[in-house]
Amino acid sequence: MKFTLTWLQDHLDTDWAVEALADKLTSVGLELEGIEDRAAALKPFVIAEVLDAKQHPNADRLRVCQVNTGTETLQVVCGAPNARTGIKAVFAPSGSYIPGSGITLKPTDIRGEASNGMLCSERELELSDEHNGIIELPSDAPVGTAYAEYAGLGDPVIDVAVTPNRPDCLGIIGIARDLAAVGAGRFISPKIEPIPGTFKSEIGVRIELPNDAADACPVFVGRTIRGVKNGPSPKWLQDRLKAIGLRPISALVDITNFLTHDRARPLHVYDAAKVSGDIIVRLGRDGETLEALDGKTYTINSNVCVIADQDRALGFGGVMGGTYSGCSVDTVDVFVESALFDPIRTANAGRTLGILSDARFRFERGVDPEGTISGIELATKLILELCGGGEVSDLVIAGAVPVSDKSVTFRPSRVATLGGLDLPAHQSVRILESLGFKAEQFGDEYAVTVPSWRPDVDGEADLVEEVLRIAGLDTVPSLQLDRPTPPQGVLTSRQKRTRLTKRLLATRGLREAVTWSFLPEKQAQLFGGGAEALKLANPISTELDTMRPSLLPNLIAALGRNADRGFHDLGLYEVGGSYSDDTPEGQILTAAGVRGGAQGERHWTGKPQAVDAFVVKADVMAVLAATGAPLDNLITTTDTPAWYHPGRSGVLKLGPKVLARFGEIHPSVLKTMGVDGPIAAFEVFLDAIPTAKVKSRSRGPLKASDYQAVDRDFAFVVEQAVAAEDILRSARGVDKVLITGARIFDVYEGTGVGDGKKSVALGITLQALDRTLTDQEIDAVATKVIDAVTKKTGAILRA
Amino acid sequence: MSDLKALEQELLGAITSAADLTALEAARVAALGKKGRVSELMKALGGMSPDERKAAGPLYNGLRDSVTDAINSRKTLLEDAAINAKLAAERIDVTLPVRPEFEGSIHPVSQVMDEVIEIFADMGFAVAEGPDIEDDFNNFTALNIPESHPARQMHDTFYLRPGPDGKSKLLRTHTSPVQIRTMLSQKPPIRIIAPGRTYRCDSDATHTPMFHQVEGLVIDKATHMGHLKGTLEAFARAFFEVEKVKMRFRPSYFPFTEPSAEVDIGCTFKGDEIVLGEGNDWLEILGCGMVHPRVLANVGIDPNEYQGFAFGCGIDRLAMLKYGIPDLRQFFESDLRWLRHYGFAALDVPALAARGVK
Repeated sequence: MKFTLTWLQDHLDTDWAVEALADKLTSVGLELEGIEDRAAALKPFVIAEVLDAKQHPNADRLRVCQVNTGTETLQVVCGAPNARTGIKAVFAPSGSYIPGSGITLKPTDIRGEASNGMLCSERELELSDEHNGIIELPSDAPVGTAYAEYAGLGDPVIDVAVTPNRPDCLGIIGIARDLAAVGAGRFISPKIEPIPGTFKSEIGVRIELPNDAADACPVFVGRTIRGVKNGPSPKWLQDRLKAIGLRPISALVDITNFLTHDRARPLHVYDAAKVSGDIIVRLGRDGETLEALDGKTYTINSNVCVIADQDRALGFGGVMGGTYSGCSVDTVDVFVESALFDPIRTANAGRTLGILSDARFRFERGVDPEGTISGIELATKLILELCGGGEVSDLVIAGAVPVSDKSVTFRPSRVATLGGLDLPAHQSVRILESLGFKAEQFGDEYAVTVPSWRPDVDGEADLVEEVLRIAGLDTVPSLQLDRPTPPQGVLTSRQKRTRLTKRLLATRGLREAVTWSFLPEKQAQLFGGGAEALKLANPISTELDTMRPSLLPNLIAALGRNADRGFHDLGLYEVGGSYSDDTPEGQILTAAGVRGGAQGERHWTGKPQAVDAFVVKADVMAVLAATGAPLDNLITTTDTPAWYHPGRSGVLKLGPKVLARFGEIHPSVLKTMGVDGPIAAFEVFLDAIPTAKVKSRSRGPLKASDYQAVDRDFAFVVEQAVAAEDILRSARGVDKVLITGARIFDVYEGTGVGDGKKSVALGITLQALDRTLTDQEIDAVATKVIDAVTKKTGAILRA
Repeated sequence: MSDLKALEQELLGAITSAADLTALEAARVAALGKKGRVSELMKALGGMSPDERKAAGPLYNGLRDSVTDAINSRKTLLEDAAINAKLAAERIDVTLPVRPEFEGSIHPVSQVMDEVIEIFADMGFAVAEGPDIEDDFNNFTALNIPESHPARQMHDTFYLRPGPDGKSKLLRTHTSPVQIRTMLSQKPPIRIIAPGRTYRCDSDATHTPMFHQVEGLVIDKATHMGHLKGTLEAFARAFFEVEKVKMRFRPSYFPFTEPSAEVDIGCTFKGDEIVLGEGNDWLEILGCGMVHPRVLANVGIDPNEYQGFAFGCGIDRLAMLKYGIPDLRQFFESDLRWLRHYGFAALDVPALAARGVK
């Protein structure tokens, strides 16, 4: 919401400097967006006269001008077609900065002719987009005078952000009322005198809304004014509108724009000659069309409230008027509209039509109903003043102005108990009254009547806010909450597990990434996703249109981007949600990682191996161990989903439950994504890991054996398809007490073991807690190990 | 006697001249072995008369001791030389680089979340969670944002495709739905924070379609705006690890709080960097207020009995401010160079005890 200082001063008698006012605006909740001092930016620009303009000897499109700047006569080369002898123009001397083009002028030579300074277009001064020629000023413009001063640009423009609950501050008068309440000046609000009509308007008004849409327009007030002259509006009005970024159009239109911003009161003026019969407020008819004042033709539907006559729709109620019945320079008789439109219906209509107008912006937030009559009186007064003294009709009123009699019970003690500010009751009441509330005391309570322009206030908390923001939030003393002693732990085991996993993976050389929760649909499909229910209806781009079914595609794409920059060897991980459906349970907390390139940099000790399934299996095992998964009970299977390499990937399960997946990514998936492989990846599903039931912090006594441990090695020849895990598991299962360790330390395929076979070397460690094992005991276990492995896997013990 | 002296000279000569441990062993066997010269002499003692033995014994023993000592000291010398020679041959170039290890790191968003949790945990706040895909009720309606409310447009909501019932789920536009979930599932007093991902249909230099917030909620019978201010000021001091933070509470508007305020942190922009607590620029970091009575009523908490505050704060913004990170968009690009520069060591776990230590 923009306004100028002098415009504000129409409603606020103040001697405060603009900066002080700006500070107060922020402190009452009208956050300052900026103060624009246009005069400062345009300081070097002066009014000059082109004494002589001659064709440039060496350039068709250029002219060589002799320019009187008021202090000297300079030669300026100018390319504008309208640079001609005798005109008054805006001159920028050498050394000045041109805001519209971002250059600083210096004396120069253009095709052999010296040029000092520049004659400027409106675009170069950032006044408009006009760049067809230089600014031409009236012949009486005083040469040598600062242009900004002459053009009325000396009035600082203040821009504030108005929160949606404050439609009253979409009029400058509302802003002035707040500033007066904080003591920044005296609120000026002269009584608006009604202007008596001298005849009955030929144009009547009828509201013809169905019962279920009667709220769309509770009241419509109109009036005919005869004999107006619709020329350009006076300079003061044009200057104000231009200052806040509006284009002056004609006196009649400018008056409505002025009151929209001055009073938050949108109005419309019809050319009475174009209105056939009465004005009718009705719902749109399907198939009707209307060319609005923005020049576009809209198709109307029955959800939109339109203003019509007996022949056609003339405008969209509360949104925008139509071209057909709009005013032109030829307009003589006008019909002025001041109506009230329902916020929700206006918002819906505006959205349906795709029109964002100053009127819609105000009606959808709530326009002061009491301003319906006073608004048309103000408009009448301005039209009479600026467009010549015509004849004014009586007001035509359809419907009735809704009564604003909202009353809220206010306990001043709530300012302290809710607002934290111990303020005497009378001060709170005074603040409310300065904002236009009326308070009537009943014992400790007040009945507070809410002014018609404050639709946002309907509860006691709202009144506490009013008092706080005017008294100043900075005056509320800061207090501490009571603290729990001793400090309490607050994380759930899931949260603790998430944190632990992040830190653990970082210690393993992976860098944490945070990637989008969405990705391109194609990638979602590659990773088992892309369900209709997980597609965004309004994605920001097709690259981000589907919720991710897995964390891997984004991480893989990130590896690809890093590889393109020359960083091939790295690992990334992310802990976050993947989405299997749109329910809360469908958000799967996953720790996922990817490793690409080699397992290290090139090094003098040897070439590092490429990443493989076992690097990421180690990552998975570390996470599972840290999060308390029962490692000994896990089963490894190879039924991985399609985005993994079918022969180089595995699933870790606890019973039927999938805890994790790991392995190389399928080369054709990488190819589709345009990323070079191999890439090894893992996914750990943190919520699938059972929470260990810890009864006590005590670890129990250490049971360590001081007796000799013995290692025994075996070499088994098995079919290639036999899983090493089966060999290990059956060996371990032989004696869970005496066998304290088991490992695979060699796998060999090739000469000597036969086709389709492999030799697997198994080592076990035996140790008893209470004695040194005898040879007989050791041999007995070894025999059982051989039997068990043979039975389980069909292995043959190598000689 | 002179024979004995000569023998000693001879044996000691052989020991001293032994060039290595093998030669020394030969000299030892020649002198002290079973048939060694000294051993033979010692054997001869047995055949002597007592007087002769009394005279010769000490001499022979002296000879044996002197030879033994010489052998031992020569042995030590030779062993040292052998070790030194071996070690000299084992020399390596210790300036060569070590075997490569990948360095991992923690993303600033995780680090800052951990920091925030640490600070609020100390004030008795538990950590609550909620899903990213929400429904209209939790994200809007229960928070006093009815369908027609202009605030819904302020939120630039991402919607999912409508389901069979014609209703569209949405991506939560703020962490506030966790307030609703919490109040629906537990009774006051409540003191929680809820960090997490949030989404808005917005993308430019300072907005990304996904970002992070932390929500705070306190519900009891007496907590008021003064506590809200005190809590957020204490948080800012602890988080930014400074004695004083320039902070500004500005009245503002949120449908779910009344009174409402926005909080700015004083800062200045120096080129690409944000410097905290200096200059006259303000950076908005959070919105807050007293929970709106209608929100309490919507979740079945009696607004005449209970009240409290809520706040929502941008985690990415906190990270940018504290750690001087200029561009929000890079948070989500997974550029190794950025992760390396702005990431945190795995073991740099935020701890209150380590606050303020640089």
